[in-house]
Amino acid sequence: MPINAPPPSVRVVTLRIDGLDLSAREDETIIEVCRENKIPIPSLCWMDGLSVVGACRLCMVEVTGQNRLLAACATRVAEGMEVTTDSEKLRRYRRTLVELLFAERNHVCSVCVSNGHCELQWLAEACGVDHVRMPYRNAGYGVDSSHEMFRVDHNRCVLCTRCVRVCDEIEGAHTWDLMGRGSDCQVITDLARPWGESDTCTSCGKCVQVCPTGALVKQGTSVGEMVKDQHFLPILARRRSTR
Amino acid sequence: MTLCTLPGTATMSRTISIDPVTRIEGHARISLQLADSGEVEDAKFHLTQFRGFEKFCEGRPYREMPALTARTCGICPVSHLLASNKACDDLLAVSIPPTAEKLRRIMNLAQLLQSHALSFFHLSSPDLLLGWDSDPAQRNIFGVMAQNPELAKQGIKLRQIGQTIIEMLGGKKIHPTWVVPGGVNEPLDSSKREAMLEMLPNALTIAKDTYALFKTMVPRFKDEAEHFGTMPTMFLSLVSPKGQLEHYDGFLRLKDAEGRIVEDMVPPSDYPRIIGEAVEDFSYMKFPYYKPMGYPNGIYRVGPLARLNNADSCGTPFADVALAEFHMLQEDSGPVRSSFHYHYARLVEIIFAIEMMQRLLKDQGILDTRVRARARGNRNEGIGVAEAPRGTLMHHYRIDDAGLISWVDLIIATGHNNLAMNQSIKQVADAYVDGNKLSEGMLNRVEAMIRCYDPCLSCASHAFGQMPLSIELKDAAGNTLDRLVRDA
Ligand code: SF4
Ligand code: SF4
Ligand code: FES
Ligand SMILES: [Fe+2]
Repeated sequence: MPINAPPPSVRVVTLRIDGLDLSAREDETIIEVCRENKIPIPSLCWMDGLSVVGACRLCMVEVTGQNRLLAACATRVAEGMEVTTDSEKLRRYRRTLVELLFAERNHVCSVCVSNGHCELQWLAEACGVDHVRMPYRNAGYGVDSSHEMFRVDHNRCVLCTRCVRVCDEIEGAHTWDLMGRGSDCQVITDLARPWGESDTCTSCGKCVQVCPTGALVKQGTSVGEMVKDQHFLPILARRRSTR
Repeated sequence: MTLCTLPGTATMSRTISIDPVTRIEGHARISLQLADSGEVEDAKFHLTQFRGFEKFCEGRPYREMPALTARTCGICPVSHLLASNKACDDLLAVSIPPTAEKLRRIMNLAQLLQSHALSFFHLSSPDLLLGWDSDPAQRNIFGVMAQNPELAKQGIKLRQIGQTIIEMLGGKKIHPTWVVPGGVNEPLDSSKREAMLEMLPNALTIAKDTYALFKTMVPRFKDEAEHFGTMPTMFLSLVSPKGQLEHYDGFLRLKDAEGRIVEDMVPPSDYPRIIGEAVEDFSYMKFPYYKPMGYPNGIYRVGPLARLNNADSCGTPFADVALAEFHMLQEDSGPVRSSFHYHYARLVEIIFAIEMMQRLLKDQGILDTRVRARARGNRNEGIGVAEAPRGTLMHHYRIDDAGLISWVDLIIATGHNNLAMNQSIKQVADAYVDGNKLSEGMLNRVEAMIRCYDPCLSCASHAFGQMPLSIELKDAAGNTLDRLVRDA
């Protein structure tokens, strides 16, 4: 169905990313411009179609004139901006962040249903994580398998909150929330009741599809069989914003 | 390989321990307790590695079990994969599509082929060909290569064929994820079928040649055959509903040392009625026994020897001829009792595996695309039993209503043989160990006897790593007097 979007009344700015002169709409973020121009930046919490939380910090970039690193997903472009997406320092930071994600919970890829189709694994590869230099915490987290169709394994959760946002912003059910702090932080359904008993969950499965790891999966999948399909998101999100 | 003897005082009663038994899968320790008279009083096979695997699985979704248990062992993962998926089929309460069963059978037989080839050619042929008293530096597959390059080459080839078939079916040699609860996740395509069928005639030729060669060698090992575990024990294995040789499904049969059938057509799910598990301080490996006879009288053996003793026939032409010849190894009409003949039994099974794979691959329905039954956990308890190369493998799970594991028990082949191995060590020690010296030849025979069972210690203790093995000599008071340690 063609959408009659109003003609854009936004201005266009020019900026320089990794030495390339680019133009972009002034309401775009750095990561959006990079994605459009095929400039790779790792990201985890950001997702085209969801609101921005800037939680994972994997998309950090250097901006000339700023003495701190900025999250590309949470920073709007500006006229004359000069961005560096790849440097020794950025690589070091990103690799450390990914390692910390592995060290915090229990990612046993070889038995995980998401093995081979996991964004955390891809990130590890992209960031050169061949091993984890800090000690694993080895703390056990729960598995909630009470839902007919889906399961959440907190051992594999990276707290990106994509599930929370998609459920709230796209499905409108707001089943998911965050509870607890630090390493105890966990995604919960309704008021921390078992997912299978949730009154709000419509079983649409959107959270499962957007979850980057094997934390949210379909029941009945075996090792390596959980392949996620996220192409629905930008379509639904655009329809929503133009309603 | 180093050989070190710790200085010992001259006491009459002592214990000899054997530390790394080289060329067995995984590692363990053996100790021999000598009486005051200098005779071997007791022999113990210790497994000291951590056994926490069953605990580790609790709370995990049952669908992770095949991959989790396959990782208890890098040596026989396919066997765990099959037994585990069968236990999961049982949890789903489905019967899997017939084509899926045939495909799983092929994978199991390919695993049997590669594992037996490894055991015979790589691990045991050095002893058999070069002799127990030969130079230890030469007594390995490279030594075999030097003396009989053709045999070594063929052995490597045979194992490779088994591995290639596993890889073609499962996508991976070591840890395939193709077998899933309810069946397999991809049908066989015709080009792979052709490729497999093309490899098998060569495999059969190698298997038959090796069998013929070994047959001529057997009389040379009269001594070993008489001393390597000839104690009377029962034999446990699966048999098909017709009583034939079976590795994937069927029913449990238990024969006694005289060949009388003690239990027959026991559904695998009934194993807890006949099998109990004892625990001993000196080993982390459990000691299964035949419940009605109690511990330790209910001793039995599993594996190739037990399967051939239990089967009425193989059901394939060449293997059936070989089975008849196998029975002639025993002078009376009873089961073949010497554990030395595990080697022989392995060669017979290699022939069977190849013939059977050919039959299954030629089956009309083998390319059928319906290969998976879909269901969720419909039962809270599931049991899966299959014959691993080394013997009967049992997986037993309980799940809660949400499908999370609440209890696990695994009984593995090396466990079933645990009692028999301990007794066999004592028997070999009686015959070959002179309490006053720890000779290479004696050590090698104790090791060689253990290798007859082809124990997989890595999954016996559910250990993830390798453990060295030592021989230790202790006096009656428990003081270590002498100790041999060898690094692989
Ligand atoms: S979620 Fe991804 S990184 Fe974590 S165990 Fe599964 S495959 Fe590995
Ligand atoms: S469950 Fe998945 S989507 Fe939700 S926060 Fe955890 S990793 Fe992100
Ligand atoms: S993707 Fe930008 S902070 Fe997570
Ligand atoms: Fe094993």
